[in-house]
Amino acid sequence: MSTDATAGSDADPSTDDLAELQAQVEALETELADLRSDVENGPKKMVIIATKGTLDMAYPPLILASTAAAFGYDVTVFHTFWGLEILHEKNSKNLQLSSVGNPNMPVPNAIAALPGMDRVTTRMMRNKIADNEVASVEELIDVSLESGVDLQACQMTIDLLGYDEEDFYDGVTTGVGAASAFQEMVEADIQLLV
Amino acid sequence: MSTETAAKTVDVKGQNCPMPVIKTKGAFDDVSAGETLEVVATDSGSLSDIKGWAESTADAELLDQQETTEGGEDVYKHYIKKVE
Repeated sequence: MSTDATAGSDADPSTDDLAELQAQVEALETELADLRSDVENGPKKMVIIATKGTLDMAYPPLILASTAAAFGYDVTVFHTFWGLEILHEKNSKNLQLSSVGNPNMPVPNAIAALPGMDRVTTRMMRNKIADNEVASVEELIDVSLESGVDLQACQMTIDLLGYDEEDFYDGVTTGVGAASAFQEMVEADIQLLV
Repeated sequence: MSTETAAKTVDVKGQNCPMPVIKTKGAFDDVSAGETLEVVATDSGSLSDIKGWAESTADAELLDQQETTEGGEDVYKHYIKKVE
């Protein structure tokens, strides 16, 4: 018997082998269809880590979060360090702009560093926001919560900055940390650090 | 497409990004399949924002977008149908 003949008989699949292969192909096809449908129809997810607490930096995470929710995304915004100020009911109404080190400010740094200058530039910015009919931070928090955005306040920085859970807007999630934020980022389609 | 055929109108005049899209989404949730939502805005950015939102929303079909002037103010009207 030649090697060729042996190889030939081995390669010749039996009806059982064929049936098994057929079953495997069908199982894989079903699995692929399920995965496809999950990817196409399942809700997409976005996670934003908000770390800044100045007036200008409060806007991007809130605007993106509420917009993504309108696009049908599951959205989580994890606020940590100065990002907590955005969720702090009292402080959020008094967020400041920093005039120092901001080359877009109409005043040179030497003047911007003078006492009270942040208040002046913040007032200018607030007037611009009102004149241009841009929503307030508070309004954006309201629409975000109404749209189902999960606004989270990092527990470690709540404790670090000496805040109380009662200081935050109703509906804000507390008692969460880096591990839960990371887990949500792993599952998310979009992850942003602001 | 005229206002008469829209089942519901949402007025977002005077509101800026991101409000027109968010209010559109909220109102669209209350529209039944086959009905059309009219959105009236003054934000010129609403033209591309609402178009993008409709393209990404499975049951939304953007029928028309109109630019008009009312009382010296530019007004943008959007007509979005909820498909079956």
